Amino acid sequence: MIVRYSLQRLLMLIPVSVSISIVIFLIVHMLPGDPIDNLIRVGSSPQDRAALAAKYGLDRSLVVQYFVWIGNIVSGDFGQAIVLRRPVADLIAQNLPYSLTLGALAFAFSSIVGMILGTIAAVAKRPAVEQVVKGFILFGSTVPGFWLALLMILLFSVTLGWFPVSGAKTWSALVLPVLTIGFGGIALVARVTRVALLDVGHEDFVTLLHAKGLSRATILFRHLLPHALVPVVTILALRIGWILGGAVTAEFVFGRPGLGSLLIRSLGQRDYPVVQGCLLMLALAVMLGTLIGDILQAAMDPRIREAST
Amino acid sequence: MRARTIDAFARLGIGRALSSSLGLVSGGFLILLILVALTAPWITPFDYAAQQLGNSNAPPGWPHLLGTDEFGRDVLSRVIYGARTSLSVSATAIGLSVIVGMTLGAAAGYFGGMFERAVMTVVDLTWSFPDILLALIFVAIIGPGLTSTMFAIAIAYLAQFTRLTRAQIVRLKRETFIEATVNLGAKPAHILIRHLLPNAVAPVIVAAMLAIGDGIVLEATLGFFGLGAQPPTPSWGAMMSSGTAQLFLAPWVIIFPGLIVAVTVIAVNLFGDELIRALNIRDRLRGT
Repeated sequence: MIVRYSLQRLLMLIPVSVSISIVIFLIVHMLPGDPIDNLIRVGSSPQDRAALAAKYGLDRSLVVQYFVWIGNIVSGDFGQAIVLRRPVADLIAQNLPYSLTLGALAFAFSSIVGMILGTIAAVAKRPAVEQVVKGFILFGSTVPGFWLALLMILLFSVTLGWFPVSGAKTWSALVLPVLTIGFGGIALVARVTRVALLDVGHEDFVTLLHAKGLSRATILFRHLLPHALVPVVTILALRIGWILGGAVTAEFVFGRPGLGSLLIRSLGQRDYPVVQGCLLMLALAVMLGTLIGDILQAAMDPRIREAST
Repeated sequence: MRARTIDAFARLGIGRALSSSLGLVSGGFLILLILVALTAPWITPFDYAAQQLGNSNAPPGWPHLLGTDEFGRDVLSRVIYGARTSLSVSATAIGLSVIVGMTLGAAAGYFGGMFERAVMTVVDLTWSFPDILLALIFVAIIGPGLTSTMFAIAIAYLAQFTRLTRAQIVRLKRETFIEATVNLGAKPAHILIRHLLPNAVAPVIVAAMLAIGDGIVLEATLGFFGLGAQPPTPSWGAMMSSGTAQLFLAPWVIIFPGLIVAVTVIAVNLFGDELIRALNIRDRLRGT
């Protein structure tokens, strides 16, 4: 049943990815400016211009360019970066590990700390604790990430000198970017954990566990938390794009290499192939996250897979 | 019907939301902020654009309560004028988004079928993308500036209003009073405009209010990337963007605009929460 549902979701990704690829292809061709301007020497002849355009396939019709592009991508060729003059696949391969490390660490960090905070908020019957955690949740989910990043630079890098301001040479340079992305994530996970724990706490089987005389800690760790884990992982998978968005901000503020900073730089230089490659990779990550989230949700809740078959 | 619903909304919702202490504080702050933005020319202590190069990067004190930036401009005056930019950009963008989103969502929910599927597919496409990425793409297409910031915000939150309105309409369509109206021979446009939309409007208004808060953050972020408001327009994000160069020298140039963004968004969320409670529409906002 769950296998069938997963296959169904996977098939549904085909039209979605085709439309996303068309949008990415078209959007990039609607950008103002001509990439040839960045390449050609001032005073070159129109023939030189035409030759360059032909070399990068910019003289053919949009439809042809799209099919050439998509065909190449399927075979792993993302084209040649026009300004950086290197294969886009190389650039992505070079920058992807930085973004993946950052994203994975932020993911792990926000899930662990978020679940701890959410559990405290749900278990602590004292209103003061609950208020503090709720306040943190509100703060973390609303305050702009880049501002927090700047404040952390002021506090930890300038005043205390614990971590470098920017760069990606050492592991300690990862701390502040992970905190930047993770902060909002913590708030989200804490909120979901708290609601899930409170919801499941009202179920009949929990009353039964209490009646059996199990200690509150056993009930919490053996029975309640496993239940809360699924919505947390689901929400994180569904919000993976949001972690990527945070990564763009963090990479920008801290001057780190990565897909986000590559994208912003290439947007400025109108380097179409790189922009397309980056957007495609980010879109792919978002779609995979959504797919994983959907499947997890269906695995835990039969009503969802019933409804869609 | 429409007049009564919106009237009741205003009386019940805002009145009740303001009656709790959290609601009063957050709502009061927002009202104050709007007043400050409206009266900016009369209450700013200095000209927001006046440069005093001899007095650059002055720390907070007298007469510059929040200090000065690298050109010796008064930070407080710029923050006050920034409220105009931030609030108007975000509110205009969300207004646009609500109009388009409600139209699309109402039509999709009412007519159903292939049209609904097409609209929702496109809308879900934008929904799955993080708002900052959508905004970056949009800004890249039409170039940096406040106009593209507005469109970027409008597009980024369009999906939310379309989905919300559609969900309301689909739910309302099954109600008996709509069935009765249909049987009385009312035309689709009449049913939509006179009966369905007025009843669907309350959750959309609350969602729009919350989205204005998110829009302010997005505007500040784009401004910070240097893609939003261009100098000399005072904007909270752009102030922080130019402040990064003096991060070590004059941290107040970054701290105060960021603080006002944070406090504003928190106030919007607190007040929105009180409104949701006052109108008892939490269930209707969920699951979309």
